[in-house]
Amino acid sequence: MATTTAQHDERMIQESAFRKILRRPEAGAAAGAIAVWVFFAIVAGDSGFLTLKGTATYLELSAELGILSLAVALLMIGGEFDLSVGSIIGAAGMTMAILSGEFGMNVWLSMLIALVLSLAIGFVNGYMVIKTKLPSFIITLGTLFIFRGATIGITRAITARTQIGKVDLAPGYALARTIFASDIPIGDAKFPISIIWWLVLAVLATFVLLRTSWGNWIFGAGGDPNASRNVGVPVDKLKIALFMTTAASAWLVAMIQGINFTGADVLRGEQREFFAIIAVVIGGTLLTGGYGSAIGAVLGALIFGMVKQGIVFAGVDADWFQVFLGAMLVVAVLVNNYIRKRAAEARK
Amino acid sequence: MTNTAVPAVEVRNLSKHFGSVIALNDVSMSVHYGEVMCLLGDNGAGKSTLIKTLSGVHKPTKGQYLVEGEPVDFDSPRDALARGIATVYQDLAMIPLMSISRNFFLGSEPTRKLGPFTLFDHQFANRVAREELLKMGIDIRDPSQPVGTLSGGERQSVAIARAVYFGAKVLILDEPTAALGVKQAGTVLRYIAQARARNLAVIFITHNPHHAYAVGDRFTILKRGRTFGTFTKDELSREEMVRMMSGADELDALSHELKEFERADRLRAAGQQTEVDQALGSS
Repeated sequence: MATTTAQHDERMIQESAFRKILRRPEAGAAAGAIAVWVFFAIVAGDSGFLTLKGTATYLELSAELGILSLAVALLMIGGEFDLSVGSIIGAAGMTMAILSGEFGMNVWLSMLIALVLSLAIGFVNGYMVIKTKLPSFIITLGTLFIFRGATIGITRAITARTQIGKVDLAPGYALARTIFASDIPIGDAKFPISIIWWLVLAVLATFVLLRTSWGNWIFGAGGDPNASRNVGVPVDKLKIALFMTTAASAWLVAMIQGINFTGADVLRGEQREFFAIIAVVIGGTLLTGGYGSAIGAVLGALIFGMVKQGIVFAGVDADWFQVFLGAMLVVAVLVNNYIRKRAAEARK
Repeated sequence: MTNTAVPAVEVRNLSKHFGSVIALNDVSMSVHYGEVMCLLGDNGAGKSTLIKTLSGVHKPTKGQYLVEGEPVDFDSPRDALARGIATVYQDLAMIPLMSISRNFFLGSEPTRKLGPFTLFDHQFANRVAREELLKMGIDIRDPSQPVGTLSGGERQSVAIARAVYFGAKVLILDEPTAALGVKQAGTVLRYIAQARARNLAVIFITHNPHHAYAVGDRFTILKRGRTFGTFTKDELSREEMVRMMSGADELDALSHELKEFERADRLRAAGQQTEVDQALGSS
């Protein structure tokens, strides 16, 4: 049987590099992203999908969803849902727009107030999930409507409108625009800075997940919260922190949009919660938690952007986008399950 | 580190009541370092209550609980862990989709500094997980493979190795062989022997007398909440133990009953319905 030390095990050689890649949660999404790109390169290559401008268009869509889906991925790996992220985008954007657009407050101060509000909302979501022990699906389905309704109600009560502009007239706007909504020109195309935010956060999320104790706790809390608690993982604190992180990512998306459009709409961010979950699931994260990756969420958001813009380039009516998206979600889950099963079985 | 006269863990005249239910009544047992003490008993004999009391989940209603000769009063499993008493439960607390080394260090992650960052030290985790399992006599292919790819026996050994690595001096194993096949159970029994060789005190709970007899030094038999007796291996043959555990009288009655069924079946097959009725009536 065992010798004293076994640095090289003859049984290890059997695993090829290819199978190692297949074992990663995002393997299916990577193949999917390539397939979607190739598909639209063939179908819509002539009409602009392959140009720099076309690339910038779909990357902008991907980035705004991707920032959200990274935080949602961590939360879902940690075993919880947040259906209220779309409403938090609305609330955060409107807070900033009312304070700066309506009352002329310094943009940086209004953004800070919106951030504090978003973190408080995230805390409330997390605290209620922990305290009531109800599924987060139910709690955040409730807060999805509560926060959206409150945003509409309060906005109307203060301003009698549902759209607020003129944020660009408030002090501090110029610098905020540079940081949140400037463009980086490459060739004839302008790549929005949100892509940089997206990629930086992707590196950060991957680092946290794979290289820190927090990452280990996230996998543990999602895989088996009781077992994790028994070995000393602060599961409750961790989950509340994940809800707050998700809320913060919604805030960032709201700021990027609010600064870019110089205002906000009470309905902004609607359906984002579903798109974010779809991107995360396409990226190979398990709905039940305990398994997944941030890179997968990046690829999921990339696929989302490519399909949404690719359809337009292909000349298909954009109404059909939702059909594609829904079908892709189901196919992605089937493929991911298949790959995961194959990869696990092959090792026995 | 020697097998001294003071037991690692001892309970004296321990009782535990849940309302009007007497789960344990005047139970005494002890285990020394370098010894495997088997706790045997049928379902409902009080095994679970006893180990939950030992591991700090329950507080005894009456009686003494001594660790290395000192009376202790644990408020939680954490207190017991701090005294080096670790319990490996049947359901293991392993997360199947996480890697072996991630599971091994969950909640006590090894870290190293890289500039301003504190990193999970994967190299250390993988190396230690592999070495600790090797000490238990299990050679895993790759510590970064998911725990779900391990067999039930191997998972048990990861849980045991983890407890030992994090300073357990007394191991309480709750039916580690119950859900396992013959070969896998053999693996776990080997780890129990390994743990004894490393001078740990092991309390091994089982209702399989064959598993108990293979590794046990002493045997405490629980029956209906009472200690039925503690025996050394010399005092007790395997056959006697089987009879004692299952209740010899009950077994005799059962085999008699089974014989009757067998006879009834044979007769029915021969179509001698009247004889069947007679046979059943007379038994």
